[in-house]
Amino acid sequence: MTLPAPFETWFAERGWTIHPHQREMLARADDPAVLLIAPTGGGKTLAGFLPTLLDLADGAHQGLHTLYISPLKALAADIGRNLRAPVAEMGLPVRIEDRTGDTPASRKRRQRADPPHILLTTPESLALMTSYEDAPRIFAGLKRVVVDEIHAIAESKRGDQLMLALSRLQALRPDLRRVGLSATVEDPRAIARLLARHPDPCAILQADPGPAPDIAMLETDLAPPWAGGGAAHAIPAVLEQVRRHCTTLIFHNTRAQAEIFFHKLWLANEDSLPIGIHHGSLDRSQRDRVEAAMVRGELRAIVCTGSLDLGIDWGDVDLVIQIGAPKNVKRLVQRIGRANHRYNAPSKALLVPANRFEVVECIAALEAVQAGALDGEPRGPGPLDVLCQHILIAACAGPFHADTLFGEVRTAGPYAGLARADFDACLEFCATGGYALRAYDRWQRLQQRPDGAWQLRDPRSAQRIRMNIGTIQDTDTLKVRLKRNRGGAPLGEVEEGFAASLTPGDTFLIGGRIVRYEGLREMTVEVSRDAARKPKIATFMGTKFATSTQLSARIEDILAQDDWPQLPAHTRDWLALQRRMSRLPRQGRLLIESFPHEGREHACFYGFAGRNAQQTLGLLLSKRMEDLNLHPLGFVATDYATLVWGLDPLHDPAPLLDPAGLRDGLEQWLAGNAVMKRTFRASATIAGLIERNSPGARKSGRQATFSSDILYDTLLKYDPHHLMLRITRDEARRGLVDFDRIEDMLTRTRGRFDLIRLDRVSPLAAPLLLEIGRVPVAGAAQERLLAEEAERLLQTAGLAALTGA
Amino acid sequence: MNGHDFELAGARLCALPSGALWWREQALLCVSDLHLGKSGRVARRGGTALPPYDTRDTLSRLAADIARTEATVVVCLGDSFDDLDAAADLPADERLAITQLQAGRRWIWIEGNHDPGPFDPGGIHLAELALAPLCFRHIARPGSAGEVSGHYHPKATLRTRGGAITRPAFLADADRVVMPAYGTYTGGLRSRDPVLAALMRPDALAILTGCNTHAVPMPR
Repeated sequence: MTLPAPFETWFAERGWTIHPHQREMLARADDPAVLLIAPTGGGKTLAGFLPTLLDLADGAHQGLHTLYISPLKALAADIGRNLRAPVAEMGLPVRIEDRTGDTPASRKRRQRADPPHILLTTPESLALMTSYEDAPRIFAGLKRVVVDEIHAIAESKRGDQLMLALSRLQALRPDLRRVGLSATVEDPRAIARLLARHPDPCAILQADPGPAPDIAMLETDLAPPWAGGGAAHAIPAVLEQVRRHCTTLIFHNTRAQAEIFFHKLWLANEDSLPIGIHHGSLDRSQRDRVEAAMVRGELRAIVCTGSLDLGIDWGDVDLVIQIGAPKNVKRLVQRIGRANHRYNAPSKALLVPANRFEVVECIAALEAVQAGALDGEPRGPGPLDVLCQHILIAACAGPFHADTLFGEVRTAGPYAGLARADFDACLEFCATGGYALRAYDRWQRLQQRPDGAWQLRDPRSAQRIRMNIGTIQDTDTLKVRLKRNRGGAPLGEVEEGFAASLTPGDTFLIGGRIVRYEGLREMTVEVSRDAARKPKIATFMGTKFATSTQLSARIEDILAQDDWPQLPAHTRDWLALQRRMSRLPRQGRLLIESFPHEGREHACFYGFAGRNAQQTLGLLLSKRMEDLNLHPLGFVATDYATLVWGLDPLHDPAPLLDPAGLRDGLEQWLAGNAVMKRTFRASATIAGLIERNSPGARKSGRQATFSSDILYDTLLKYDPHHLMLRITRDEARRGLVDFDRIEDMLTRTRGRFDLIRLDRVSPLAAPLLLEIGRVPVAGAAQERLLAEEAERLLQTAGLAALTGA
Repeated sequence: MNGHDFELAGARLCALPSGALWWREQALLCVSDLHLGKSGRVARRGGTALPPYDTRDTLSRLAADIARTEATVVVCLGDSFDDLDAAADLPADERLAITQLQAGRRWIWIEGNHDPGPFDPGGIHLAELALAPLCFRHIARPGSAGEVSGHYHPKATLRTRGGAITRPAFLADADRVVMPAYGTYTGGLRSRDPVLAALMRPDALAILTGCNTHAVPMPR
């Protein structure tokens, strides 16, 4: 296939040849769906756009031609710049614009009236566009959709929502072609199924993956500590690497760890190397500054989190350092790809385990990368909360028939197997709330017209629905500002719960500096600079990833080896000592150690089920132990094991590990659990039961709003079979509660466990004694803590005598 | 009675863990900000369809407090209904539940900003109630004494070694008590808010509600 003249000339002038996968994409321009898998820097984006540019080259097309969807606003803007350059150089008559949450309203209006040829947008902005009554006109000329970095949204509700939006577009434009661009993934067919209109076929093109990455564990003078995640021992070695390379990205798994590490790095940075920090809680302007300095090549290193995971082109990154175990091989490989964007140059990366157990995990991850074995948990069917939102969005666009919408929804990959009964339950929820008590017959949100079509009862509610479109679960956050007369510089955001725990004078880290909490003003946390060297409160919390199933299995394999030549001496000796003193976990069996320590009895369960599941296991086990009068006092969980302590020794774990008993315990425990309430809040917000934004209610925090926990408690009490509770239970089992992995562990071990009774703590269990995040076991604990604190405060204030309490 | 006993202008009162106020000498039970019919009002106005069990839940808690105290006078301190239409639209079974609670006792509705003016369910409707030495009104009036009011839905946060715990709370000083909201679907205003900090004396107490009451110096 030959390219038209302006394209041939353009490639030739640059001394470039078209990549084979770019040519293949052109050849397949008329396929209903194509998925391209290519490494970063492989000309992936151009490959996605070439068919569009060729089609638009003659200037005949009127209106919107191609939609480009990226998971990041910044990426959409970046692609816009990268695409406009060749279009201008070839003199093509193509208009390219982006449209995201940051686009001014005036331009958005104009784009609706007069759309560009290529519109670059995000899943949320696209969902919003499909909610307009004039959607058929906006998308009238649409021929192609390009979904970039589809791997990044494939496993999230954003992907589910995007595919539902595409099902709407396809109904408007039956000949729409879909293109997906993805980084390396473990199961391309799963992504292809997600992308294509069900049951259309979807070709998968694999570009040359390029040379294997150069990846190793960072050698440090000090051995990593037994527990914890700070990796402070590695600071000198990391600084040395930064010195030796042009630009280094230093990835962390959580924002909190990034903040602490950056702070310590800065204290040790005697050469004053320019180093920046970048994560999702920092203010947009701060992130922009760091990104701009990076592009200009002024920074030698950036301490960052997943906020830099996606493909913005940073230029000369020549080293990626991962602090802490990667938890997930696929994410590690994608991060490593951030180094050396030049095609055909190997990426260079170093792993820094933060504790002794993570040394094993890092080695397991290295082996997995070398074997090209990526991990991924298969995703269940499309979640119903996203479907509820989709139904509301459809209603905003105009009246619809249930049968038609159901048919459309089933063409979206994640919902291909959706049962009609589930769809009807979602529609009923959107229309009436779906309650056992029929209270809203007069005030239904959706009403059925005489012709059977559903429509909004009150057209004004369209505005409220549109304001709440999206599936990104931002926890309620408060802005942090320096205290000044007229509002100081914004620094970033902290979670509302964290802000509530502060009292004036507390110091904490944000954006790499220590600030002092001054007070709360109109939903803004006011702070001043503080010269303290050590913050009083570590920092805000953040989600912790659990180690993937594949990685956990590899760790178990390594532990089962006769010797460990691939491990550093300190870790090898540690495992050898464990084998002598106790036993190493074996695959297919559950190892349990029981031992006394400092006057308490301990039991350690090596389940290798990931942090969330081990945490859930801790809650369930301690509850069962309470029932069996073993007097548990508390527990702590890591990705590998759960340690429970109490007054009595564990002699027979069988009654604790009975699957039916654990499942019963789960049902009871879930009901009142904070994890469930958090999950409920997220799902109820997506499904449209709770509004994040409402017209004219900018000032929240007044008595107008009440906690979603109240809704959860009320539903549980009066309507326990309600759809929202069903969705919540399904979500929690998969997500934070992760009971599926406990079930998996029970299936793997099938009642085969080894209880080892020891007279002291074992080498493998010792690190757990040092772990933070201990959970006390006590139902009445909160009341007791309140009473204690009230008593203390009254005494301090000299008020005890005044109250008759 | 399980709760926090204190004196206001010589009257001996008890702040109950449920958020109700009990005046034994008058056999008077006072609750504030019931916001009955809130879920209905939200739906009527084009909002979301919240679980429609809030009124039922609020009334059953109130019934339990009335049964436990054997109150002969009940004062609802304003914002008893989320708006006047909510009072007019009350489903028959919930109306019946109110009527049953009213049977055999004096029932006083104080007017609030959400429910100004008379509405249908029986009882006496007043702008405020003076019952020496106390005065019951919806919104506190700075400068008055012996005053029981609601409106602000105060809540207070305590930092314990187990983390911060926030609860709806009574605010009480020598002049007044500001009551927490009793309704199921009600949120709260932090005691640190300038409005509350200005209203209450420096030595005011916050009495946290919940399973038990806990009195502390009002967090500011």
